[in-house]
Amino acid sequence: MVLTLKKAVIATLATSAITTSAFAAVDIVKIDGSSTVYPITEAVAEEFQKETGIKVTVGVSGTGGGFKKFCRGETVISDASRPIKAKESKMCADAGISFIEIPVAFDALTVVVNKDNDWAKEMSPEELKKMWGPEAQGKIMNWSQVREGFPSLPLKLYGPGADSGTFDYFTEAIVKKEKSMRGDFTASEDDNILVQGVAGDKGGIGYFGLAYYAENKDKLGAVNIKNKEGKFVPPSVDTVMDGTYNPLSRPLFIYLNASKAAFDPKVKKFVEFYLANAGKYSKEVGYIPFSKEEYDAIIAHYKTLKTGTAFKDGPAIGLSVKEILDKATD
Amino acid sequence: MKKNNLPENKNLDLIRALIIKHKKNDHIFAGIGFFVIASLAVALLVLFLDLLINGYPKINLEFFSNFPSRKPEMAGILSAWMGSALVLFVTFFVAVPIGVAAGIYLEEYAKKGWFADLIEINVSNLAGVPSIIYGLLALGLFVYEFGMGQSILTAGLTLSLLMLPIVIVSTREAIRGIPVHIREAAFAVGATKWQVTWHHVIQYAMGGVLTGIIIGMARAIGETAPVITIGALTFIAFLPPSPVTEVAPFINFDWLDAGFTVLPIQMFNWISRPEHAFHINAAATGAVIIMLTLLMNGVAIKLRYNIRKKIKW
Repeated sequence: MVLTLKKAVIATLATSAITTSAFAAVDIVKIDGSSTVYPITEAVAEEFQKETGIKVTVGVSGTGGGFKKFCRGETVISDASRPIKAKESKMCADAGISFIEIPVAFDALTVVVNKDNDWAKEMSPEELKKMWGPEAQGKIMNWSQVREGFPSLPLKLYGPGADSGTFDYFTEAIVKKEKSMRGDFTASEDDNILVQGVAGDKGGIGYFGLAYYAENKDKLGAVNIKNKEGKFVPPSVDTVMDGTYNPLSRPLFIYLNASKAAFDPKVKKFVEFYLANAGKYSKEVGYIPFSKEEYDAIIAHYKTLKTGTAFKDGPAIGLSVKEILDKATD
Repeated sequence: MKKNNLPENKNLDLIRALIIKHKKNDHIFAGIGFFVIASLAVALLVLFLDLLINGYPKINLEFFSNFPSRKPEMAGILSAWMGSALVLFVTFFVAVPIGVAAGIYLEEYAKKGWFADLIEINVSNLAGVPSIIYGLLALGLFVYEFGMGQSILTAGLTLSLLMLPIVIVSTREAIRGIPVHIREAAFAVGATKWQVTWHHVIQYAMGGVLTGIIIGMARAIGETAPVITIGALTFIAFLPPSPVTEVAPFINFDWLDAGFTVLPIQMFNWISRPEHAFHINAAATGAVIIMLTLLMNGVAIKLRYNIRKKIKW
């Protein structure tokens, strides 16, 4: 662990000549990245600034756009709704920036149907795959094709666009292959549009974060999803926290610039504040907090300054917080 | 002359029929025109009223003096309207001198020829280029090549690029509208070209030029895409350094280098949040943007009217 940090320091020193001064204390804690993680970071930044007077800014460039800025050293923290990709990891390494991967909260991808839909109360990942998989394109167009006994009604699919981390996670959890989904669904980057779509269409089905369902319970129904243990589980704070809502609960991350998080007093203070309050604020903005023990483990992980990602070999579904922390490697 | 000359009478009838027909066409055209304008006005009105009714509970002093917050009832647009104002300030001081000067040069000084034609076509085309293209240009050129970062200066320059063609075209139009005999009279009493331009052409064209400037500004205030592209922030709960200081020289330019957000970005962020209370904030912000745009257009019309009234040819 100390070794990885040493590497980080050496790498930063080596590149500090060409990039901006690596050890100059930052004036403003600059954060950018995912719009999904934004509400948590916004809440933390708001309270942190009130308490300490240290200035914090948060941008929304999306997870990918955020990593680009992060690996150029323009930001010290990056919000991410999916783990860093090998390509992005390499971009950071080339720039001499090493990072610490920190899970901050869970989000439950919620499959929703129209309020008048009284047949699809429970579904299995296999059935979802039948609907959303690339083979379904142009073929599975009616509810009756999904399961025996479903009514004959046109199937209308609504989902986030292919650039979104939500799309990535759903594809990997359901189709079990990266970027592999049918293309003939109504896509929108704005989840409120998806809410409108499913709410206005009896044959509609879609998916997005739990917070959007929670705000629209009067218009939508949530589908119980069959988990690994074979039980149909509704999405909720409790089922995500006790781990029974799988495979559609996903961790959200922040990535820390390792040398800044280790040496810059303001960044350090901010990260400590973030981790101490992540549970409270993530719950407040509609996400699901980890357990107290898990946050303690995350804080310990941060203190060791262990760099790298647990997702070196590509995306993985259903890792626990402990596994994510333990598996982190450069 | 005999009054009831038959062939002439027949001609007269024909002419009358023709006039009636043309008048009817006139009415039809006026009707279509009115219908188009009315439907546009109604659409805008419905949109505006919808935003106003939804956002009404939020439009108060606190909304303008609060920073963004995770709590919708406490969230305000202070950093957003301040950002918009400072960015527009930069835009104004860059685009107006360059745009007006370019318009005067092209109309008064440039030799007519293929080169002038080429510039003219380009300027007109630039006015129609999608704004995101300017954002991409600015990201490559201002942010990275010139190292200006994601600052108010960068955004101001980007929006001034967007506004330049509008200012140039409207300046040229305004200058073209000045009768030749005004110029000739000035030349006749021995004025130089610059004197004619400065004392007469610019003065008389001012109404049209101002209209162009303000319409350009009104377009710039609502622009989101280029500002997002260059990397405007979403959450910023402090103001840029003040442009006015207490010690000499009383002004500073640090604010040009500061991060910022603008009204449309704040609105976009709120509209995509799950909580309905944020949608009210978004509607209120939308109403504010439309009110600002209407205000600016109103000022443009009033200024033009005042200036035209003063000119007596």
